[in-house]
Amino acid sequence: MIGDLANHFLTHWNYLGCITLMMIGLYIAISRGNLVKKIMGINIFQASVILLYVSMGKVSGGTAPILIDGRPGAVYSNPVPHVLMLTAIVVGVASTALGLALVVRIKEAYETVEEDEIVALDRAEDEKTLATEAREDAADGGAA
Amino acid sequence: MTDGATAHQVATEALSFADHLPALQVLLPLMGAPLCFLLRKETLASALTVVISFACLAISFSLLGQTMDGEVLVYEFGGWPRPFGIEYRVDITNAFVLVVVSLVAAVVFAAGPGQARRAIPVGREYLFYSAALLCLTGLLGVTITGDVFNVFVFMEISSLSSYILIALGRERRALMAAFSYLVMGTIGATFLLIGIGLMYQMTGTLNMVDMAVRLEAVSETRTILVAVAFVVVGISTKLAVFPLHQWLPNAYSQAPPIVSAFLAATATKVAYYLLIRFTLGLFGAALVFERIGVDTLLMPLSVLAMFMGSIAAIYQTDFKRLLAYSSIAQIGYMTLGLSLATEAGVAAGLIHLFNHALMKGALFLVAACVTWRMGATKIAMMRGLGQRMPLTMAALVASGLALVGVPGTAGFVSKWALVSAALEQDHLFLAFLIMASSVLAVVYIWRLVEVVYFAELDGEVERREAPLRLLVPTWILAGMTIWYGLFSDFSVDVAEAAAKQLFLGLGGGA
Repeated sequence: MIGDLANHFLTHWNYLGCITLMMIGLYIAISRGNLVKKIMGINIFQASVILLYVSMGKVSGGTAPILIDGRPGAVYSNPVPHVLMLTAIVVGVASTALGLALVVRIKEAYETVEEDEIVALDRAEDEKTLATEAREDAADGGAA
Repeated sequence: MTDGATAHQVATEALSFADHLPALQVLLPLMGAPLCFLLRKETLASALTVVISFACLAISFSLLGQTMDGEVLVYEFGGWPRPFGIEYRVDITNAFVLVVVSLVAAVVFAAGPGQARRAIPVGREYLFYSAALLCLTGLLGVTITGDVFNVFVFMEISSLSSYILIALGRERRALMAAFSYLVMGTIGATFLLIGIGLMYQMTGTLNMVDMAVRLEAVSETRTILVAVAFVVVGISTKLAVFPLHQWLPNAYSQAPPIVSAFLAATATKVAYYLLIRFTLGLFGAALVFERIGVDTLLMPLSVLAMFMGSIAAIYQTDFKRLLAYSSIAQIGYMTLGLSLATEAGVAAGLIHLFNHALMKGALFLVAACVTWRMGATKIAMMRGLGQRMPLTMAALVASGLALVGVPGTAGFVSKWALVSAALEQDHLFLAFLIMASSVLAVVYIWRLVEVVYFAELDGEVERREAPLRLLVPTWILAGMTIWYGLFSDFSVDVAEAAAKQLFLGLGGGA
């Protein structure tokens, strides 16, 4: 029983690695308040998916799918998932770049990259506008 | 009927211009985006954007015309037949969604310039048009493609450009809204990517038709069950299904109003199409509904969305934010249609997709007019606008009534279809809930009408409408909500034919 389980884990270690990375990435993206760390969490999350695809296409003992003379029985790895991941890497780079660019703009606008501080700043701004509106209303009432 | 061999023959023989329409549908805006970037001048870039979006509209109408009788158009890139090459596959369902997306794009982009000039630093407007065309490319691409990995790539193209568009909002909060959307959107898209990977692992193909056929043999495996979970959750994030909707109110209320009009009317609609395509087309109703019971989960979530969205909308102090929360409720109606898991239910969902795109587009364009005139969209600021901008506010009333579902408007057609679909399944209580949530819509629309028409005004009233470039597109969409309420044949017929074809499955249709 335990042997089966251990065997199961050992033969699927690549998936376990992917899942571990995936959860680390997702946890960082959700739990961290620092916007740069959030982006890094998403990066780890995406990297885990890239590993998932790459390990999926790998055939044990397989080589790169290039025709070589004199090796008729050669085993090849599946290149399609590997090629797909080239596209996914480009997409990942683009979203990271855009995310970091947004962080730069946020830093310029708020002077901070901590989510809770930004929320506090927004809330303070809301209260200020509410207060001025109330004051204006009161002034209107006084004038009437 | 086009099977792989004959399609390949056709592809290698001389193709006429009309045969290239599916490719042009996506290539035109894709080529237009860098062209806008090179043109630099705002007038040229905006003219190009309008021309391209109208060309896309013409193409999508032509595609819908060709697929109306149930025919499926297949366009193979480079003449490679499935499953080797990437193909675009147009049937009545996605032709319908293509029409919705390109129609809204054409109308909204025609309204663009007046707005863009106020929202974007002078000299940088061409970047807005580039991003808008890229977003259109992505949305059309997701809809038209017959390749699951292509779906992911186009989805990211549209998402990345929509983050840019949202970040153009005037307040600094727009940046934070775009950032949260980026985090949620990327996680959602990556979930979809995991699901696609698992599907590829079990079938060894990326072509939708091929995959649908091969999935049947392996639909009992745990890998596919996990794939269903990842795909449904991933798409639901993009669709803003109830507990995954947190990004939507901020994104739509902080974006420039013209961008909100475009995204609210297209992005969630395309996600809804994708959800239908993956659940009914790829995994099949038997697996998703009967075995896993996605419908029993989706139904209470949709009902919650209908109520929570509408109740939240009642308490908003900002017009655009109110519309955003109402969008969540309206998405609830669409997913409710799917969760009925019947032809009538899916048809009702598709009818509402079309009608909601028209009314939300119109309402956000009204918000654009209000922003142009007042500088902001606080509901308190809209006091007496009924006298100051009567034409704009009449459009607000027309599309607001459609949102409620008053007879004679498009909203009534889709609510009627949804209620009859629910009654067909003997869901009496569900039909009652649909009515009850409509009453909530009356409350928030009435709040607007009250402020706009019945608030006392002091001082003299200056009548000044928004410029024609904004007003005409607003009225085109608002007028269409009335038109398709009175003459609903087009939307109902197409949606019913599409639902029928969807339940035949992808293998049956091609």
